[in-house]
Amino acid sequence: MGKFTEDDLKKELETKEYEYGFYTDIESDKFPIGLNEDVVIAISKKKNEPAWMTEWRLDAFRIWKEMTEPEWANVRYEKPSFQDISYYSAPIQKPKLNSLDEVDPELLKTFEKLGISIGEQKRLSNVAMDIVIDSVSVATTFKKTLNERGIIFCPISEAIQEHPELVKKYLGSIVPKTDNFYAALNSAVFSDGSFCYIPKGVTCPMELSTYFRINEGGTGQFERTLLIADEGSYVSYLEGCTAPARDENQLHAAVVELIALDDAEIKYSTVQNWFPGDKEGKGGVYNFVTKRGLCEKNAKISWTQVETGSAITWKYPSCILKGDNSVGEFYSIAVTNNFQQADTGTKMIHLGNNTKSTIISKGISAGHSHNSYRGLVQISPRANNARNFSQCDSLLMGDKCGAHTFPYIEVKNKSAQIEHEATTSKIGEDQLFYCNQRGINTEKAIALIVNGFGKEVLNKLPMEFAVEAQKLLEISLEGSVG
Amino acid sequence: MLKINNLHANINGKEILRGINLEIKAGEVHAIMGPNGSGKSTLASVIAGKEEFEVSEGTVELNGEDLSDFAPEVRAHKGVFLSFQYPIEIPGVTVTNFIKTAINETRKAKGMGELPAKEMLQMIREKADLLEIDRKFLSRSLNEGFSGGEKKRNEIFQMAMLEPQLAILDETDSGLDIDALKVVANGVNKLKSEKNAVLLITHYQRLLDYIVPDFVHVLYNGKIVKSGGKELAYELEEKGYDWLK
Ligand SMILES: Nc1ncnc2c1ncn2[C@@H]1O[C@H](COP(=O)(O)OP(=O)(O)OP(=O)(O)O)[C@@H](O)[C@H]1O
Ligand SMILES: [Mg+2]
Repeated sequence: MGKFTEDDLKKELETKEYEYGFYTDIESDKFPIGLNEDVVIAISKKKNEPAWMTEWRLDAFRIWKEMTEPEWANVRYEKPSFQDISYYSAPIQKPKLNSLDEVDPELLKTFEKLGISIGEQKRLSNVAMDIVIDSVSVATTFKKTLNERGIIFCPISEAIQEHPELVKKYLGSIVPKTDNFYAALNSAVFSDGSFCYIPKGVTCPMELSTYFRINEGGTGQFERTLLIADEGSYVSYLEGCTAPARDENQLHAAVVELIALDDAEIKYSTVQNWFPGDKEGKGGVYNFVTKRGLCEKNAKISWTQVETGSAITWKYPSCILKGDNSVGEFYSIAVTNNFQQADTGTKMIHLGNNTKSTIISKGISAGHSHNSYRGLVQISPRANNARNFSQCDSLLMGDKCGAHTFPYIEVKNKSAQIEHEATTSKIGEDQLFYCNQRGINTEKAIALIVNGFGKEVLNKLPMEFAVEAQKLLEISLEGSVG
Repeated sequence: MLKINNLHANINGKEILRGINLEIKAGEVHAIMGPNGSGKSTLASVIAGKEEFEVSEGTVELNGEDLSDFAPEVRAHKGVFLSFQYPIEIPGVTVTNFIKTAINETRKAKGMGELPAKEMLQMIREKADLLEIDRKFLSRSLNEGFSGGEKKRNEIFQMAMLEPQLAILDETDSGLDIDALKVVANGVNKLKSEKNAVLLITHYQRLLDYIVPDFVHVLYNGKIVKSGGKELAYELEEKGYDWLK
């Protein structure tokens, strides 16, 4: 695996071409509100898409029109009015920047708050990064290094142009347009996102990561991520998300599709910190996300997520364990504070023989928030010797919040081994006093206890990000105990 | 160093401490004995600043400074340490991480930077050796699944790391086997100096053979009903508490 020094990075940045340049977040090109076929066509046109893509979108739009919003999740909110949202917003292009130092400092600060700054990027030179602001990808780093190994890491809009055969083959193959209301909507209007292809037998030499940011008000963000790990390859990918504080609710409906072919391994980590709304529960992002991965023979997909943001989170990163001996993992920490609501979990669909899945879910609720784990473990009749282990732990702070667990287990093959454990605990006065007595103030004590509680999941994050994720947990629980 | 004047404390209106007077000077070891429920642990908690207890009257002073307005962590920063009768579990937080945080938070409060990792490690090794603690033990979750004796030994390990001015040991001897008691007592004695003081809470005279007190007090029903020298402990061992009622 290549090691990159800071100098290498500097050189890379100097020679790097910014396909889109850097964009500022001040002025933006934004569509009028509303959604109809013309808007879908206009989005496709804006992106210079080939006809097959336009058709694909229109088909999705027609499907979406016939669908209704799902209501089964344990969340309450005012439904977004889908005709009051602008479906495309892109920062207006400014002159090209010569280096990352020229990035809008506001933006840098935002990324810093998320835990991984562009500055950090310089230090951690083994991370390649794509940045998506509102609807458009603004920068992809380390392209050259990746290219040398045949790795494609680019905005999906670019992939549609440059690698249509891969996109055509895989887009919608894991999350079909008909999958659910938000997935259909995303398929019709997605504006950008990341595309990644790791060739046969290649171990990606660095972390790949994408930062998503919603900037404009009154817009929705619909990214689409497609990641293909060809036979015997390995990739670790991290996405981070932020949005500025706004009074109104903003809609975010993303779709992520992962394909792990025979013997491939994908590690997909998310640090989600969309604006959660204020202390009174005003504003915040509605985060309705469909994430799913397919494992072929001996393949492995691990989802790791640290969810601290969003007013509403509706998200179930799942694994279809199609190939024999394939492995699915889901490690999650979801923090809700104030009036946040999270309904999150996973689906592990065991189709192949000797398939194995592990689910570790840690929910932390504070304030008036509600935190639900919803998970499905399904063993199909032909999946012999499937195994699952699930552990769902909830930690409560105060007595106004709620933790809920909805495990669904469907076993159609007698050889399956399923284990499920669940615990609920509270941060006790005694624990806090004990820490206080050792000189640790309450805020710090909570951070310590919460990090201890989430340790098994935090340990799964790429090392570079684990510390930052811990800080994020701290920040999101600030002021949670009076 | 510690001066307690006419201290009254209650919990939800139930009065537990009813006028305690006690003075501990630097370099001294005091022992408090007394029947179950007499208020020994409550006194320890009130000195440490546990907010569930309401102080209705009286004061606790450390080095001439009234502690009543200080939060528990501030008292800790000022050098108060309490070895808990029932140490608390914190799952997922290792002994090392916990003590590291405690030390660095205390240093931060004093305007000092974090202790360099190397020095921290060295200090941890030294104190673990002093208390004959296995290194592997230090990477376990704090108090989770620890035996009674392990918990107590770990409390004293933390004390050794934090080097407090005033160490209150609440029944640290209960749960320790005879060998462990010697190790822990030896640890405490090594850390004792002219600058610090120890307040031992115990039911058994045996501990006092190892850590020899300058004064022994009997707490009964929220009041100190008798004080004396080391020999008082023998007398109590023999006669119980009835004669003091
Ligand atoms: N949180 C509480 N709520 C109600 N009563 C309490 C509480 N804490 C202590 N008490 C009561 O205060 C009294 C003194 O308790 P404390 O723990 O101080 O006794 P102790 O002298 O340490 O006893 P032991 O020798 O058994 O440890 C007891 O009657 C106890 O029940
Ligand atoms: Mg007691």
